[in-house]
Amino acid sequence: MSYDFKHSPAIDQVGIEERVARFNTRSIKKGTKVQGLKLALNMIDLTTLEGKDTEGKVKQMCYKAIHPHIAMPDLPTTAAVCVYPTMVKTAKDALKGSQVKVASVSTAFPSGNSTMQIKLLDTKFALDNGANEIDMVISRGEFLKGNYNFVFDEIASIKDLCKKYEARLKVIFETGEISTLDNVRRASDIAIYAGADFIKTSTGKIGVAATMPVTLVMLDAIKDYYIKTGIMVGMKPAGGISTAKSALQYLVMLHETLGNAWLDNKWFRFGASSLANDLILQLEKEARGVYFSKDYISVD
Amino acid sequence: MERIEVLKTYKIFIGGQFPRTESGRYYPLKLKNNMTVNVSLSSRKDFRNSVVAARSAFNGWSTRAAFNRGQIIYRIAEMLEGRKEQFLEELKQLGYSVASAKKEIEQSIDRLVYYAGWCDKYQQLLSTVNPVASSHFNFSVPEPMGVVAIMADESTALLGLVSVIAPCIAGGNTCIVLASESKPTCAITFAEVIATSDVPGGVVNIVTGNRKELHAHFSSHMDVNAVINCNSEKEFNKTIGENASLNVKRVFTWNKNWADETEQGPYFITDLQEIKTTWHPIENIGVSGIKY
Repeated sequence: MSYDFKHSPAIDQVGIEERVARFNTRSIKKGTKVQGLKLALNMIDLTTLEGKDTEGKVKQMCYKAIHPHIAMPDLPTTAAVCVYPTMVKTAKDALKGSQVKVASVSTAFPSGNSTMQIKLLDTKFALDNGANEIDMVISRGEFLKGNYNFVFDEIASIKDLCKKYEARLKVIFETGEISTLDNVRRASDIAIYAGADFIKTSTGKIGVAATMPVTLVMLDAIKDYYIKTGIMVGMKPAGGISTAKSALQYLVMLHETLGNAWLDNKWFRFGASSLANDLILQLEKEARGVYFSKDYISVD
Repeated sequence: MERIEVLKTYKIFIGGQFPRTESGRYYPLKLKNNMTVNVSLSSRKDFRNSVVAARSAFNGWSTRAAFNRGQIIYRIAEMLEGRKEQFLEELKQLGYSVASAKKEIEQSIDRLVYYAGWCDKYQQLLSTVNPVASSHFNFSVPEPMGVVAIMADESTALLGLVSVIAPCIAGGNTCIVLASESKPTCAITFAEVIATSDVPGGVVNIVTGNRKELHAHFSSHMDVNAVINCNSEKEFNKTIGENASLNVKRVFTWNKNWADETEQGPYFITDLQEIKTTWHPIENIGVSGIKY
């Protein structure tokens, strides 16, 4: 399918911001809120991407992914854990027998500054170790130079590799670096047409992470593609979403932009680590009627 | 043309900022000059936001050097001294006589200086080395409790407020204070003093509103470690005690005459401290062979 990425639709920034402001006025209470909180928990990619990661830390996080809060055994698990390729095997072992997927970042995460050969090897290593999902980064430098074909090709070749392993591919734009909403829309179009299963905002490694306006632009790109082709693409805002309140606002936006079909962790994820505990705080509060404390929740 | 005076909107103080109450509710307060102030009628959500702010400020504040905490509390005293005139005017509007207003401001400043001095000293008085019948060096030290929820004295506008905030933060705690319902304006102006004294945002949070409405929330929130009511309200205090049992909060009734010079001291600080005892394995202490 051909598509000229130089002609991605221009974005009306003011319009987007006003639309987002409207989403944030929705009030969700009681039973609906509990349902929303559980859904958000079930959409989390519980993430640890630090230089200081150890097997112990990853195992602990995997346990948390399966049992978010021991005191509430009925809670859903998180959708996945997200780790570096070297930790995939550890995570895979720790999650054996559960529904929780293993996602691995790759392609020289977080900068993406490496050769194609190394990016492919990086991805293959993660897949060989059993990763169910690959979170790749695009080459922002090439993108900003206007070298869109380069970005398209690199996504397509990682996608080819993922296909062989039946793994799903998430494409990270690092929206804080490509900065404008027009660029975000263009990157979304490139990634979607190149075969991304998910498009993802950020690495979480720079100051500006996921924001609602950026996410809305990406959701619109998904919508346009769906209307045109009938193919669903997933969305993953990552970084900076740490409160239950903002998670619910994202879900409202998702629901009102893409509809019920996307309200499932097959099509929407939160890349987060501390969000899980805030969701648990709010779920406990709804259950007990009094505000809860992190003293009674495992650390993330 | 005659100039129209710009009057202040009295908002609340949460996390170092001055938001309006989330509830959008106000209660009117008539001043002596026949002006009416719309005071924020804070809701349980305002309190909850304050607890979040206080909790996130706790780690930074409690691990600060004790000496530095003293410097900052002294700084509050300095700022208050510089704003005496404004407080004098405000206290008058709340019904104080000039003499009693002056006295209250000066006592408040002195009380801050007093507790500033205690910041790095109470630990030395309260810490102990304990005799144990084993080869351990056993010692106990006070540590701040955490987040303290305070319902301030109803009868004073400033002194009652200062007299509880100062020992609370001197000991490394962070707090949420409900100002006097009938004399709330001074509390918000005092928040401006705090905001310009290098006190990190969230260490002190001040809300205005109704004790009857809020005391149950002050005492039931699981992330609050101690709750103080400075008023002797039997019914409220009963509820407070019951709710506090949820997470075994410390409960205090500090119903004091704060103008009394004896109502200050290190024990106000240590009420809000937990004692941590450490057993440190050793072979022997000192050459004298004394077993501590």
